[in-house]
Amino acid sequence: MGINRRDFLKTAGVAGITLLALDSFGIEKSKNSDVEFYGILYDSTRCAGCQTCETLCAEKNGLPAPVGELKAGNIRKTDENHRTVLNCYKTSKGELFIKTQCMHCNEPACAAACLTQAMCKTKEGPVTWNGDKCMGCRYCMVSCPFDVPKFEYHSANPKIQKCTMCYEKIIKGGIPVCAENCPAEAIKFGTRRELIAEARKRIAEGKDTYIDEIYGEHTAGGTGFMYLSSVPFNELGLNTKLQNESYPELSKGFLFSVPSVFVLLPPLLLGIYEATKKNKNIKNEENE
Amino acid sequence: MNNSDISLSNENKSKSTFKFILSELKPKGKFFTTFNIISIPVILLGIVLIVIRFINGIGAVTNLTQEVPWGLWIGFDVVTGVAFAGGAYVLTFMVYILNMQKYHSIVRVTVLNGFLAYVFYAGALLLDLGRPWNVVNPIIGNSFGTSSVLFLVAWHFLLYMIAQLIEFSPAIAEWLGAKRARKILSGMTIAAVIFGITLSTLHQSGLGALYLMAKDKIHPLWYSEFIPILFFVSSIFAGLSMVIFEGSISHKVFFKQISEKNHWAQKGIILGLAKICAGAMFAYFFLQLLVFIHGKRWDLLDTPMGYWFLMEMLGFVLLPMLLFVFGYKKNSIFTVKFAAILTMLGIILNRLNVTVIGFRWDAAVSYVPSWMEIVVTFTVIFTEIWIFRWVINRMPVLKDSPEWVKEEK
Repeated sequence: MGINRRDFLKTAGVAGITLLALDSFGIEKSKNSDVEFYGILYDSTRCAGCQTCETLCAEKNGLPAPVGELKAGNIRKTDENHRTVLNCYKTSKGELFIKTQCMHCNEPACAAACLTQAMCKTKEGPVTWNGDKCMGCRYCMVSCPFDVPKFEYHSANPKIQKCTMCYEKIIKGGIPVCAENCPAEAIKFGTRRELIAEARKRIAEGKDTYIDEIYGEHTAGGTGFMYLSSVPFNELGLNTKLQNESYPELSKGFLFSVPSVFVLLPPLLLGIYEATKKNKNIKNEENE
Repeated sequence: MNNSDISLSNENKSKSTFKFILSELKPKGKFFTTFNIISIPVILLGIVLIVIRFINGIGAVTNLTQEVPWGLWIGFDVVTGVAFAGGAYVLTFMVYILNMQKYHSIVRVTVLNGFLAYVFYAGALLLDLGRPWNVVNPIIGNSFGTSSVLFLVAWHFLLYMIAQLIEFSPAIAEWLGAKRARKILSGMTIAAVIFGITLSTLHQSGLGALYLMAKDKIHPLWYSEFIPILFFVSSIFAGLSMVIFEGSISHKVFFKQISEKNHWAQKGIILGLAKICAGAMFAYFFLQLLVFIHGKRWDLLDTPMGYWFLMEMLGFVLLPMLLFVFGYKKNSIFTVKFAAILTMLGIILNRLNVTVIGFRWDAAVSYVPSWMEIVVTFTVIFTEIWIFRWVINRMPVLKDSPEWVKEEK
């Protein structure tokens, strides 16, 4: 006798449920072509290091004022109290400033890592955090190649702090405080497509000023926050070793193999079970 | 004997189940044992630390930083603990699917061990969650982060715990003397086993897949796109080494409970497991070698991290593998047990190298766990052993099932 009815139903049931799950396990891929993400273009050749962005960002988000002196050799980092910081680097073209904050990736590793969808790539472009969903596992921090999400370790009700590109302002048609108030016009807000066009124009017009590269155009699958510079980006402390594919791509292969394992393994195990069970029966009969 | 008084109390119908459970809750045996004297202060201190952690936040007891957000509690308690609990799915595969009856006598204790390990080590996760009140979000509600490996792992932990509980439940039914329930629950074993093995395959590898996105943060000698496969293969011999190790301790501590027949079978079981361990370790070593050569990582070997890697691979994979083969060929139980301990140290090394030591190995301020994190880790382990002992002393896990089970067959 082959497989009996009950076992068949069991197998069919497992396979059916898995097929249903197939759809939900797929990774949502944002279609770059028909979505206009907002982004920010930061031009380090214009930035004068006035720290207006830092101060206003802290004020707007109810965080403590900036700390630490802004000077070359003193590297400051974003943390749970500071969503953005400026740093000064001694480069081949003298002392230059650079702003650090969330990069708002097109396909963010943090959002792909989040098991509750608390980290979310909004359709407008900013990557935001939702405290009602977050369970504080910090897998977003493990996954983010830019080390952006920061965790309030010394709180009983800890939050994840990171730049949200002033999402509440954007959806009402406003622009982020840093871009709105930069006296040097080093921070420009717009759709990502416009910003890339603008950056290309600046590079073309100022061949002696800029290096021919936009940091963030391809890095980590493309980011919402992009940089222009007069020196190679690693001189400004940016990580130039990051891959150009998006980071969620790295775990895609594994996630895609899950449904197949779920479909193939149980019937295989059931088959082996049936086969060895028969052997046992035969052995028993022989012994008798 | 212990056996007889349990079956006596079962047959005594006038005693209600509730009263029976209440009487079973009382401790049995000597109180002032070495284990109790060490574990009780540690557990009490651990509870105090856990209270402090929930009042003042995770930073009050741990050394975690913004760059290294997962430390000892994840790297050791969860990632290493679950690898050691892998013995349950390997043994159920051997006994129920491959019908290797030789190992039947140790299935229950291994499943119990696996179940408790999952409950406690996954439970330890709650301590590490900043916002544990939201832990139900990925299970209920509309917050399914289906593109997350952690989502998969969380669900698999939950489902696998249920599967293991079903696999173990006949022992509970025998303890309570529930004959009808035992019959129904035993009927579910095969389904639970098949489901459990599938889940284990996926989440043992899933724990490795968690780190796939941390490509730039893990030392290249430990990072490759094959982490999930390496984690899965190593969980086979990690789990079996734990079975050998735990089995040899149980055999001393719970000597009186084990029937003579099973005592004699023990040697054959250990040697058989040694053979399987050696095979799995050969596969693992070969995979590691392939990954290493394929990744063209020769230049990394002549660095401090390179020596560390060589020590792990040669001293804690190749050496115990050879010892397993030697022990099996020479019938030397001692060699096998020694190899099992080396293997377990190797697994701890490997998991910590991926999750803690090699994670941000180049950071200016490296993460070293605080003494409080270590105490809490021991609290979790000791509490688990307490529960384990409580169950072993009451339910037919190591000892034979009560007479009525055999009569029914």
